[in-house]
Parts: sequence; C-alpha cells; structure tokens
Amino acid sequence: MPEPDPLHLAVALDGAGWHPAAWREPSARPRELFSPGYWVDLVTEAERGLLDFVTFEDSLALQSSLLGGPDGRTDQVRGRLDAVLVAARVAPLTSRIGLVPATSVLHTEPFHLSKAIATLDYTSGGRAGWRVQAGRPAESPHFGRRDSPEITFDNLDTPEIQAFVAASFDEAADHVEVVRRLWDSWEDDAEIRDAATGRFVDRDKLHYIDFEGRWFSVRGPSITPRPPQGQPPVTALAHATIPYRLAARAADVVYVTPHDLDQVRAIVAEVRDEQDRAGRAGETLHVFADLVVVLDDTAEAAADRLGRLDGHLDAPAGSDAKTFAGTPAGLADLLLDWQAAGLTGYRLRPAVLPDDLTAITRRLAPELARRGRFRTEYRTTTLRGHLGLPRPASRYAAAAEQRIEVASS
Amino acid sequence: MSSPRKQIILGHYLGGVNHHTVWSDPAAGSQIAFSSFRHAAQAAERGKFDFFFLAEGLILRERLGQIFDQDIVGRPDTLPVLASLAAVTEHLGLVGTLNATFNEPYELARQLASLDHLSGGRAGWNVVTSFDAFTGQNFRRGGFLHRDDRYVRAEEFVALARQLWDSWAADAIVADAENGRFLRDAAAGTFRHSGRQFDVAGQFNVPRSPQGRPVVLQAGVSPQGRDFAAATADAIFSPYHELGPAQEYYRDIQARLVRAGRPPGSVKLLPGGTFILGDTEADAVERQREVARAQVSGRTAQILLETVWNRDLSGYDPDGPLPDIDPDPTGPPVIQGRARLAEDPFETVRTWRALAEANRYSLRDLAIRVFSHTEFVGTPTQIADRLDHFVQNDGSDGFILGSHVTPGGIDEFVDKVVPLLQERGSLRAEYSGTTLRDNLGLPPVPVAADRTPQGTPA
Ligand SMILES: Cc1cc2nc3c(=O)[nH]c(=O)nc-3n(C[C@H](O)[C@H](O)[C@H](O)COP(=O)(O)O)c2cc1C
Repeated sequence: MPEPDPLHLAVALDGAGWHPAAWREPSARPRELFSPGYWVDLVTEAERGLLDFVTFEDSLALQSSLLGGPDGRTDQVRGRLDAVLVAARVAPLTSRIGLVPATSVLHTEPFHLSKAIATLDYTSGGRAGWRVQAGRPAESPHFGRRDSPEITFDNLDTPEIQAFVAASFDEAADHVEVVRRLWDSWEDDAEIRDAATGRFVDRDKLHYIDFEGRWFSVRGPSITPRPPQGQPPVTALAHATIPYRLAARAADVVYVTPHDLDQVRAIVAEVRDEQDRAGRAGETLHVFADLVVVLDDTAEAAADRLGRLDGHLDAPAGSDAKTFAGTPAGLADLLLDWQAAGLTGYRLRPAVLPDDLTAITRRLAPELARRGRFRTEYRTTTLRGHLGLPRPASRYAAAAEQRIEVASS
Repeated sequence: MSSPRKQIILGHYLGGVNHHTVWSDPAAGSQIAFSSFRHAAQAAERGKFDFFFLAEGLILRERLGQIFDQDIVGRPDTLPVLASLAAVTEHLGLVGTLNATFNEPYELARQLASLDHLSGGRAGWNVVTSFDAFTGQNFRRGGFLHRDDRYVRAEEFVALARQLWDSWAADAIVADAENGRFLRDAAAGTFRHSGRQFDVAGQFNVPRSPQGRPVVLQAGVSPQGRDFAAATADAIFSPYHELGPAQEYYRDIQARLVRAGRPPGSVKLLPGGTFILGDTEADAVERQREVARAQVSGRTAQILLETVWNRDLSGYDPDGPLPDIDPDPTGPPVIQGRARLAEDPFETVRTWRALAEANRYSLRDLAIRVFSHTEFVGTPTQIADRLDHFVQNDGSDGFILGSHVTPGGIDEFVDKVVPLLQERGSLRAEYSGTTLRDNLGLPPVPVAADRTPQGTPA
C-alpha cells in the first residue's frame, strides 16, 4: 500500500482571531493588535507547531460585515496593518515557517508588489508567499480612479455583478502574470561582478517583460534581482467557478471552502478540471480547505466556548468557511477524511487567538504526527520546499531563443 | 536651558545603484542580501545614528536602449526591508525614499503608518518627485507628470497622507471587552479629499501610529522644492557640502520657513556625503585617489559625461581631452532612468572646459573631479572637526553618510569618528527617546490635531 501523503497545514492570522467576538476573550490582547510583539508571538508559536506557513489578512478598506461598504459597527475589531510589512517584521525573528501576506490588486501596482514579495523572500531567506485577492468594492473610493458597482449579498448572482466579478478576476490574473514575469526578469546568474570586463551584470540575462494586457502594460525588468525561491508561491481564496479559474491559471495553492465531504469532492473536481483547461495538468496545484476552528478538551467544551462567543453577537457569526468546534483528535479525523477526498492541506482559521492557535500547534499537529501524517521537524528551509514545489528556472532562461527576440523588441 | 552645542544628526544610507559603490572592492558585500542591510543598520545603531536611509530608483538605467551593466544594480523594495530591519534594531529611525508620482496616497500612507507601528515610532518618508515617462513604463497608469506638476502632486499627496494619519484619534480604540466596545466611534478613519490630483473619500484602516505622523523628508532643490520643504517637511536631504553655499541654503530655508508660518529650525537640513578615512591626511588623500579611479573607469567617465552631452561619447578617448562637440539636449535621450544633471548643458560644458583647461584634465580626470567627489577625506580627527564645524556654523543640522564600500564601510566611521564626536558633546552617547522624532529633536505631533479636519489644497 502506498504511504498516504502527509498533510500540509497553514494557519490564517487575522486580528484577534476569526470569530467576531474573539477580542473579548480573556486570553485576547485587543490593545496589542497593532504592535509588533503580538505578531511575533503568534508566528513564533505557529513555527513551533511546524506549520507550513501562516497567512496575514489584509484589505485596502476597513473591515466590514457587509460586502459593499462600512457597516458602522463598534463591537468588532477594526483596523489592520499592512500584511506585507507585518510579514517582513516577523521574518528575521523566525527561520522556517512560510510567510504569506494578502494584498488587493485592483488598485495597486504589480511592479511594487512584485519587488515587495521578492524582498520578503530575501529578508526571510526564501519563505515568502503571496495571497492575491481581487479586493472589495469599498476600496475603490479610496483611490478614486474607478467606480465599482454596489455589491450586496442579494445582487451577487445577477449577470451584471457576475460580469464585473469576472472582469475583476481577469485583471487579477493579469496582475499575477506581471508579478511572476518580473520575478523571472532577472535570471539567477545575471549578477556576474566581472572585474576584468567591468561588468556587474550580464545584461543579456535581464529581460523586458513587455506585458500588454487589457488593463495595463508593464515593461520591466524588475529593479530587484530574482528572489531566493525564484517564484514565491502564489495563493488565492476561491468560493466559486470564476475564482477557481483564476487559481487554476495563476496559483500554487488554492483555498476553498467546502462544508461537507460531497462539496470537497465537487470542488476538487472542478478545480482540477480548470487546472487541466489552463494547461497545467502536470504541475502541483495544492487544494487546501479553509476551516474556522474552535478546539477544546471535549466536544462539549468546544461547543460551549463557541456558544459563549456567539452569545456576544446579535446573530450567529456567518462564515464562508465551515466552522469546526470539537477536539483536536476529532479535527484530525475530519482533516484526514477530507484529504482522502482529494484535498492536499488546510488553512485553519483559529476562532480565537492565541487559544485556538496553540491548540493547533500543541495538540492537533502532534496528533497528526502521531498518526504519521504530519512532519515531526522541518526538513526544508523554503516555503516551496515545505510545499514540495521544485524551484523553477526563469522562464526567460528557459527560452534562450526567445531571449534574443524579447531583448531586441 | 539651551544646549551649548548643536547635536549632529546622522543618517546612514546603504549604497545607491551608481558608480559611487565600488563593487570590485574585495571588501564589497552583497547589495541585496538582508545580511548586508542588517549589518549596516546595526552598525549605524552602534554609532548612535539617528536613522538608516534608503534611496529609490524605479527603473533600471539605460544607455542607448541598453541596460547599464557597469554599475552595481539590483535593490530590494524599500518598505519591507525597513520593516525587517525594525526587528533587528531598537532605536534607529528607518527612512525610505518613496516617490509621490508612482504611488497612491491611501496605500502609501497605510504602509508608512504600518511601518511606524511595527517599529515603535521610527518610520520616516523621503518624498521624491521623479516624474519621467521612462520610469512610467513600469507602472500600470504610466504616471507621466508635467515637470511643473510634480510638486503640485507631491504637496497634495503629503497633505492627504497627513489627513489619513490624523484620521484616527489617539483614543479611538477602547477595546472594552466587558461592554463589547472595540471602537469608541464607528467613524474612525473617516476622510474626504477633493483636489486636482486626488478625489477620494472613505475610511482609513490603520489606527494612529506611535509618532502620529511618520517623519517627512524631502530631496529636491528647485525653488518649488524648497517651498515644498519649508511648508511640509521635517527634514531635507540636501546636496550642499561647501560651507558657504550650505549656509546660504540654510538661511534661505529658514526664511522660507518663517514665510510658511513655521519656527526657524523646524526643518532639519541634512546634506548627503561620503567619507574616506586615513591614519594620516596623506594616507586618506591617497586612498581617495584610488577609490575615485575605481569608481570612474574610462567607460564610466564617458557615460557620466553623456548624461550632460546627451551624445554617444564612446568614441572619445577617456585619457584624451573633453569632446570638442556641443551637447545635444534636444536629441533623443542617450541616458535614461537617472535624474537630469544639468539645467543648462551648454553652460555646464563651458564650465567643465574651463576646469579641464585650468587643471590639464583628461576626459576621465574631469569626470572624476565632478562625479566622484568624496566630501569628507582625512584622519578621524579631521573629519570629526569638519563635521562638527559645519553643523555648529549652521552649514547644516547633520549629515546623511554613505560609503563606497557596502555594507561594511560605515564600521570604520562608527569605530573611529563617532567616539570623537561623542567626546566633544556633539553626538549622543545613548539614545534618550524611542521614536525617530525623539532622535531628531522634533516636537511630537500635537494630539489636538487629531480631530481637526485638514484643509484641502485648492
Ligand atoms: C540629495 C538628493 C537625493 C535624491 N534622491 C532621490 C532618490 O533616491 N530617488 C529619486 O527618485 N529621486 C531622488 N532625488 C530627486 C528629487 O526627488 C527630485 O525629483 C529632483 O531633485 C527634482 O526636483 P527639484 O527640481 O526640486 O530638484 C534626490 C534629490 C536630491 C537633491
């Protein structure tokens, strides 16, 4: 019998945790959400648990329970630090865990983003990743350059809104394409420091990317040399066909939100189908399920804790991802069951920080390791390494012929 | 109770992507590895510097359509490096050069406010205004600005950034778990701005940072640049190193400050400069001569002059006389991606010809003289004297220092010159505050400004 694949485990960090009332828990540090020590403690804990990576949520608008704009609430955490910079602040103080910040891309420059993630890859020694997100309509007035239609949970399925969403994701895919080309725009051995000829770089190994798309064009090359991983892993959260397609075209890891085993099968099938259609059948595309987790010693205790948290809300917390309340062993059972249906890993969203994070690192991870399904030590030093992704050559190095063509165009 | 001596402000910048950095030096390290940045920043902190500084250039330079290959090149993104450095330093200010043309205020203001949070109040922003269409090719919106509009945009940008930084009251977060109140007021971060460059409104999503507002520096010397600095900056990265012109500039800025309604001394003037130390003066001068020849090869000399001639000078012998032809300022650009060096190339060439004639300079000698200037050459005592004299006589308030050797070039300065400055009471022996503002002796941003709506430039 072939050995079952080991699981990949990531944790999504955001504010005081994913439950809207998390910040009211006794263990929460709601006054420190904007101080570096808080983030260093969380990521250090995640690294102690040997997790593949942590993600950092972000957006270019204030958090809101509504899709379209501010919700005027004062009873939930509001305000966020720039995710790339939080990751960079943590990088020198950790050594193995992957660091994956989220950024919105409809208002931002792929040139800036590409060098930002490349730089995180340098300062972390090859542990950077990126979560691309199209962003929310509430971001648009902060930039004043484009209008977004009013989007609500009610009109989300109308053809106009779906067309807008599709265009946004196409643009996001272009953004990722530019970022990836820029990462490749310096070949690995472009820097030669050849004193004899007085040349610092071999300019034949620097490449214009000459991207021209429907929304923008970018010339390149980057001002930042190729990052240590070559291509830091790109990840995306996806709830429906349009974003599955973006992920299948552009990502190394896609986070999906099934609520039961049937949905796991259906979503995995759809993602794999899109992957084939994108011509990437032979490549690794990880499919991780997102789960909000409330963990405790017994299933009852976990349910009680969730009940107590929900009790702070006027209505039970809505979530795109399934909420699991139970024991670490129970969660391990679920993770392995769903994995058998085609998932390769999970991004767990701790309901409360640090409580549910430490339950993951100190109980769930060892439980999975006992079952032979999770690492007992880090065996690789880069995020690509943890994810089993080989380090790719620059696309420009691979095509020497094309090189001459590109350079002379 | 006024201090008898001015305290010298010191910044350290790590190598630019230009001929100043001698990459062929055996001691030269990586220009991109984080260990280089950590080394330089920690050395500066050991020397009780006020801040670490990074310049910016958003496109690789080209000559006749080909990317430069002779200079050191390839640098990291400014803000993430500074955020990483915040983890390995404690007191050092972290100042990044960031362009006002190729960024958007909401995004940049929140990055800077985030850096301020993540560094415990040590963030600074050097506002630059490069605006050329060549650089714009790397950006989705192109970003070409008319030369006259570069400060219009920069002023509006900084004013809007300040509005965003002020948009959260210091006590906006109450985090009252018992009563379920996280925010004091749901309107935290609300802003609106309508101007020629930006028409934006909404809610800023970073709470007020430790400094209230990150420190703002400016680099640019035109009359518009000076007025911009006098109206908005906390410090200026200036290019004046000779005491006479520097004092004149110092007085000019103080006068502009008064006209802008700000007290004299409220903007710190910081010329950039490099240094070469020797055990004796002769030794230092000899080292300087060698460094200059390493910085400016014959090939580099031709390229440097091309920035003013705007002609292909590769056919002119570097060891021969200056090119005998006129510059061609209206021709297609020979060099792209670096700041224009001469307002009037004909005038510049005239001056250079005279200089070359008087000194019997070859093309390369001339290039060395005008482009490979090391401002501070001498023994540690001589350099300490010079820096101190310059500051005490209002040539500046301090310096932003770099070395031709990265990242270790600053070590020698820290070990040999810093103790001399400390001995004479012109440089702190220990940090006394926690923020960059504290380091620079700038007053804290008044909290009363929290709720005052900012005027919108017409
Ligand atoms: C000392 C100094 C340093 C500068 N550093 C940068 C830099 O790192 N990046 C950049 O894009 N521009 C830099 N500039 C250019 C200025 O921001 C500005 O664009 C240019 O000086 C033109 O403005 P002005 O006409 O007011 O001088 C620098 C200018 C000076 C004087």
